[in-house]
Amino acid sequence: MKNTIKNILFATSLVASTAAGADGISGNTVKIGVLADMSGPFSDLSGEGAIVSARMAVADFVAGHKPAFGVEVVTADHQNKTDVAASRAREWYDNSGVDMITDVINSAVALAVSQVTREKDRVLMVTGAGSTTINNEQCSPNTILYAWDTYSLANSLGRTLTEQGDDTWYFVTVDYALGKSIEYDATRSVERSGGKIVGSLHHPMGAPDFASFLLQAQSSGADVIGIASAGADLHNAVRVANEFGINRRQKIVGLAASMTDVHALGLEITQGMLLVEGFYWNQDDEARQWSQRFFEKTGKMPNLLNAATYSAVTNYLSAVETLGTDDAGTVLAYLHEHEINDLFAKNGRIRPDGQMVHDVYLFEVKRPEESKEPWDYYKLRETIPAEKAYQPLSESRCPLVKS
Amino acid sequence: MDIFGVPSQALMAQLMIGLVNGSFYAVLSLGLAIIFGMLHVINFTHGAMFMLGALLSWAGLYYFNLNYWVMLLLAPVVVGVFGIVLERLFLRRIYKLDYLYGLLLTLGLTLVIEGVVRSIFGVSGKPYGPAPISGVTDLGFLIIPNYRLWVIAASLTACVLTWYGIERTRLGGYLRAATENPKLVETFGINVPVLISLTFGFGVALAAFAGVLAAPIMQVSALTGQTMIVIVFAVVVIGGMGSIAGTIVTGVALGLVEALTKVYYPPASSMVMFLVMVLVLLVRPNGLFGGKE
Repeated sequence: MKNTIKNILFATSLVASTAAGADGISGNTVKIGVLADMSGPFSDLSGEGAIVSARMAVADFVAGHKPAFGVEVVTADHQNKTDVAASRAREWYDNSGVDMITDVINSAVALAVSQVTREKDRVLMVTGAGSTTINNEQCSPNTILYAWDTYSLANSLGRTLTEQGDDTWYFVTVDYALGKSIEYDATRSVERSGGKIVGSLHHPMGAPDFASFLLQAQSSGADVIGIASAGADLHNAVRVANEFGINRRQKIVGLAASMTDVHALGLEITQGMLLVEGFYWNQDDEARQWSQRFFEKTGKMPNLLNAATYSAVTNYLSAVETLGTDDAGTVLAYLHEHEINDLFAKNGRIRPDGQMVHDVYLFEVKRPEESKEPWDYYKLRETIPAEKAYQPLSESRCPLVKS
Repeated sequence: MDIFGVPSQALMAQLMIGLVNGSFYAVLSLGLAIIFGMLHVINFTHGAMFMLGALLSWAGLYYFNLNYWVMLLLAPVVVGVFGIVLERLFLRRIYKLDYLYGLLLTLGLTLVIEGVVRSIFGVSGKPYGPAPISGVTDLGFLIIPNYRLWVIAASLTACVLTWYGIERTRLGGYLRAATENPKLVETFGINVPVLISLTFGFGVALAAFAGVLAAPIMQVSALTGQTMIVIVFAVVVIGGMGSIAGTIVTGVALGLVEALTKVYYPPASSMVMFLVMVLVLLVRPNGLFGGKE
């Protein structure tokens, strides 16, 4: 009797190990890891929203496709620490059989996880972070920069406004890598479009009061004041621009602002502000329907990153189902070859540098009296096609592109 | 006329902004100085209390439709009572220990308070607005929102009243005596532990008062206090730990120094205070106005 059980167990394990071969789905389960900032400065952008999006994608996929394999979601807080993120990713890949990691907001974290993912030959779909380093100097065949990058925002705003005649710019830039890279990209696109940079100042991160900086920007007389910062710095800069009435004479542009910022500041303060995003919950019926479901689960409308996570997980699972394997190389090749058109991305495709390029939109923030319902924030000013928004491949610093 | 390449008009404008920030630093630092001076506790929760004041003023308006002026009185009272509870429950137990224990305890409490606020309200914060005083005043060299002028007036008034209360009234006298020699003061029939609790409550109430003043200017978020606490510590150390008048003067002065740095070399504007702090400590280890211990 004992022997029989042993034999059965042996036979089952043999079957299981065959299924785990290169052309099957390991363990007959696809595991998706959501590595998010659950309590730090990015937790409003990612956090709970990222997890809900990933779970919704899995639930919808399983309900719609009834796949022959199981799908699991595991989640963790990376605490904005690169070592925590990297060791969690390693553990997921080595011991938990995770096939794909997503979110990874915070560029330093994304870069660390990207390295581990390449080493372990799995898939990383970055829907949180947006530093151009991820798809340039440190690009990887295993990493897809899925949601956004700082170049597309700065470039689209710089070019569009300059071409519309607002051609003198002043930058209020936070004094670290993020601010400087945004300013660099915006400067190039303004100058290329025939505009002029009349000045800029670099302020320390977390400065308590922005009146002084904004007054200097005001006295430059520039048509546009570009705010190259994020989070609290961006919020306080925009507040002061409104308090001193600077936004009545000059255009205030949040070069890396998102709907989460608009929501935090309120329409009273942000009205008239221009920003570029790749997704807005109210952009069409498909987005509205999904967003409403997201709202019911979280109490807030999804931002760009939430929608991107949903889309990334969905497209990854579809690829695995179509191919019948979760082998990273095969899935990545498939994703690189197929256009993405869903509620998040229009005309999306993944380039050799790992950037998923898709149409982005120039929005103007509504005046309070124009807003008809909660979360009704944006007026669409212009759709910017994918090929115009992103960094041209000819300028790429990614070794995968050159070879 | 230019002063080192900056038009004098623009420089005046920046100094005016510096005065707003300086008076604000003064009132915020004052509570910290009182708590240290009287209780010998390095109160790290001060930034969190500031944040709670700002958050309460937002919450009062948002949930209960209580306007700014009501909350300017109510928020400090609520935060003050909360401070007294903390003092009774926790701080009281460590007065006999080294300063370091107070610092660690209050740092821990800060993390708890900020963590709770963050998990309820998120990190992006809440918009308070519009400012309760609208309109602008043209000073010739600067068009300044009237609300900022009110911040200067309210802060400096609070500073002067506090200084007067501690240095010139009988109650202030008891308080100073109680910290020097509690046993002796108790023999006069004064309840020293209650006096100490009230002092702590008053100190954190000042932080909350500053928070309400700041709410219409700054984004109110769980982390608002973190930026402030570091600045405020520098002010107290430079002024001389525990010196009331020294703290007020230093707060205003540092606001002005910061304003000048923002004009001439903005990236250093958050660092300049600490440069001043290092220099002062090298020359006068007890701070500019600190007595010898």
